[in-house]
Amino acid sequence: MGTFQIDFGDSPKERIIGIDLGTTNSLAAFQDLTGPEIIPTAEGGRIVPSVVSVGEDGAVLAGQAAKDQLKQRPRETVYSAKRFMGKGPDDIREELAFLPFSLASTPASAENNIIRLQVGPLAMTAPEISAHILAELKRNAEAYFGEPVTKAVVTVPAYFNDAQRQATKDAGRIAGLEVLRLVNEPTAAALAYGLDKRNQGVIAVYDLGGGTFDISILRIQDGIFEVLATNGDTHLGGDDIDKLLLEIALEDIASEWGFSVREDASAVETIRQAVIAAKEQLSFVPETQIDVDYQGRKYQRHLDRGLFDKLIAPVIERTVAPCRQCLKDAGLAPEQIDEVVLVGGSTRIPYVRKVVQQLFQAIPHTELNPDEVVALGAAVQAGILAGDVADTLLLDVTPLSLGIETMGGVVSKLIHRNSTIPASATEQFTTAVDGQTNVLIHVLQGERELVKDCRSLARFDLKGIPPMQAGLARIEVKFLIDANGILNVSAKDLRSGLEHSVEVKPSYGLTDEQVEAMILASIENAERDVRERQVREARVEADRILAAVEKARNSDAWLALDEAQQSAVQQAINELLLAYHGEDHLVIHAHMEKLDEATRSLAESMMNTAVASALKGTKI
Amino acid sequence: MEYFRVMGIEPRLQLDPLELQQTFYRRSRELHPDRFARAAKTQQDAALAESSLLNDAYRTLKDPVARTEYFLKEKGLDIATQGTKQVPPELLEEVFELNLLLEEAQGGPELEAAKERFETLLREADRELESLFPDAENQLPALRQLLNRRRYIANLVRDIHGHFSN
Repeated sequence: MGTFQIDFGDSPKERIIGIDLGTTNSLAAFQDLTGPEIIPTAEGGRIVPSVVSVGEDGAVLAGQAAKDQLKQRPRETVYSAKRFMGKGPDDIREELAFLPFSLASTPASAENNIIRLQVGPLAMTAPEISAHILAELKRNAEAYFGEPVTKAVVTVPAYFNDAQRQATKDAGRIAGLEVLRLVNEPTAAALAYGLDKRNQGVIAVYDLGGGTFDISILRIQDGIFEVLATNGDTHLGGDDIDKLLLEIALEDIASEWGFSVREDASAVETIRQAVIAAKEQLSFVPETQIDVDYQGRKYQRHLDRGLFDKLIAPVIERTVAPCRQCLKDAGLAPEQIDEVVLVGGSTRIPYVRKVVQQLFQAIPHTELNPDEVVALGAAVQAGILAGDVADTLLLDVTPLSLGIETMGGVVSKLIHRNSTIPASATEQFTTAVDGQTNVLIHVLQGERELVKDCRSLARFDLKGIPPMQAGLARIEVKFLIDANGILNVSAKDLRSGLEHSVEVKPSYGLTDEQVEAMILASIENAERDVRERQVREARVEADRILAAVEKARNSDAWLALDEAQQSAVQQAINELLLAYHGEDHLVIHAHMEKLDEATRSLAESMMNTAVASALKGTKI
Repeated sequence: MEYFRVMGIEPRLQLDPLELQQTFYRRSRELHPDRFARAAKTQQDAALAESSLLNDAYRTLKDPVARTEYFLKEKGLDIATQGTKQVPPELLEEVFELNLLLEEAQGGPELEAAKERFETLLREADRELESLFPDAENQLPALRQLLNRRRYIANLVRDIHGHFSN
C-alpha cells in the first residue's frame, strides 16, 4: 500500500489568504484561530469592487477608487471583467453590445484567441484586469498583517472551463500571488457553512452571483465534503437582470426626453447604477422607484415586486434546468436534499428564494452573508492547505467532460463530467502514415458528441517521433485533471520507456511567455500605480479635512477667532486646494498638516464651546 | 489489481457500498494533494498520481458492473472485445418483436409493456451478477457471459428510453 512520509522541510509557515474574485465584488479572508475572517480594506470596508480604472497617463486604480470613476470616466473604467476570462473574440461579440467597452484594435495574438479591452490608453486582457483587483486585495492583506502576502486560494465558478480556470491562475501570477488552489465557489460556501453545522447530510448550494450561476450537490460526512455533481451557466447572473431593467429605462427615457442616450456612456452608467439601486431595494421593500438625475434631467419610474418578478422570471427560470440535471447526475430526488444553501448577492431577491424553495422543497439557509460566504470558505481551504484545519477535506469534481477529437470530427470522451478530481485517463497514440514524426492531439471540453459543439481546450503536439512504418510508434498519453480542475498532459514513448515531449497550444489563453511578459510589465508599472493610489488616498483624506473645516467655519467657534487667525486658516485652505490638484501625495500631506496647524486654535475654540454648552445642559 | 491496491483492500467482487465509501474517505485523507501542499515537489507529484488513481478506483469499484468488468479484465478476460451485437439466444424472439415496435416509431401500451419487461430483465441480471460475487474466482466464465447478456439488455433499455424521450 502506498503511503508517504510527509516532508515539510524547514521552511517557515507562510500565510495563505483566501480570495473570492467575483464578477461585481471581490473579498479576501483568512483563517483565524476561531474561524475564517474577512480582511478589511484600507478604508475599513470589507468589499473591493471588481472595477479597474486607467488614468490618462496609464496609471491604474482598482477597487472603490476605480468604481468612483465609473460615472465620470466610463470609457476608462472597466467592470465585470470576469465575464471575459478565458474567452475569445467570437464569444463576447454579443456581450459587448451591452457593455461600454470596446475591443482593442490589435488583438494580442490571433493565434490563441486572446481578447484585449481598450481601457483608456491601455489595451488589457481579462487576466491583467483581474490581476489589478487581486493586487488590491493583496495590498489590503499586507497592510492588515504588516507582512508580505504571496500565497492564495482563489475561488472560481464551479462551471468554469479549463481556459477560464487557467486565466484565473494567470491573473494571480501577474499580481504576484502564487495560487495554491482554485476552489469552486459553491464548494467554498459549503466549507464556510459546514464547519460548525451538521456532521452528516446532503446539501445543495445554489449560487447566483453577478455574472455566473452554479449549482452543486455535496455529501458531508465527518469532515469530508464530497461533491456528487455540479452544473451551471457561466453567463447568467445579476448582470442579466440589470440589463433588462436598463433596457426599459433607456426606452422610457428616449420617449420622455425625446432623444436617446444610448451612445452617451456616462448617461448609460448613471442609469445603470439607478436601476441597480432600485433592484437592490426591492429585496427589502415591496415597491420602489428608479430615480435618474442626469445633467439636470430627471427620470422616475415606479417599480413594484409583482412587475419585477414577472420581468426577471425568464432569467431565473434558466437556473432550473441546471438544478434538475445536477440532481439527476447525483442520482437524487429533490426530497433527498437535507439542506439548501444560498450564495451570491442575487439570492437576496425574494423571487429567487421562492423558486429555490419550490425546486428543492426546503427552506434555504441564509444565515451567512451571501456576499461573504465564498471568501470565508476560501480561507477555510487555505487553512486546510496550511495544515491548520486538520479534519476537513474537500473532494471536488470536474464540471465538464474531457475528450479528444477522433475521425470525422467526433469527440471521444476520456474523463466524464462529475468525476472526482484529481482524475486521469490514458490513451495510446500511433502514427497513420510511414515516416510521420509528430502526432497532433486536439483536446475538448463539453457534453456534446461533435467537435464543433464542444469547447476547444488545446492542441497537444507530440513531436520528435523517430521516422518508422505507420502504426509502429506507441506513445501513451496521460490526461490528468488536477485538484484545481486544470488539465495536465504528459506522454511516454512505450518503445523506449522515455518521457515524450508535448508542446501545448492553448485554444483560448495566454502562453507562458505572455504571462511572463505581463509579470514584468506589472512590476514596472507598480511604482506608478502606487503613486497614483497614494495621491488618490491623500485627496480622500484632504476632502475629509476640508469638509470638517468648512463645517467649523459655520459654527460659533469661528467667530471667536481673531482676524489673523481666520486669514491664516483661509491661507492654509487655499494652499491645500492647490496641492490637491497636483500629483504629489507628499505635498498634499504637508499642506494637510499645515491646515491642521492653522486650525488648532479653531479646534480648541470649538472644544471650549462644546464643553461650555455641555456644562450648560448639566444640572449639578 | 491497482484499484484494489490503492484502496488498500484485497481484490474481490463482494463489496459493501458503505464500507467502500468509508475506505475511500479514509484513503483520501491519506493521499489527497491538499495534505501535501507544503511538501516537496516530488511528493506532491506522487500524491497527485496516487489520489487520481484512488478516485478512478472508487468510481469503478462502487459500480458493481464496472467493478466486474475491471475484475475480469485484470483476470485476462476482456469483455469489451467480445461481440455484443450478438443476441443472447433465449431473447431472440422478444428482441425481434421489440425492434418491430421501435421501427413503427410509436409508443402505446405494447412498447410500455416491453419497457417494463426489459427493465425487469436488467434488474434480474444485476441480481444474478451479484449472486456470483462471493465465489467470483471460480465463476469467471459465467460472469463474463452474464455481463455480455446484461450489456445487451442495457442497450435495449437505453434505446427504449431514447424512444420515449423523443
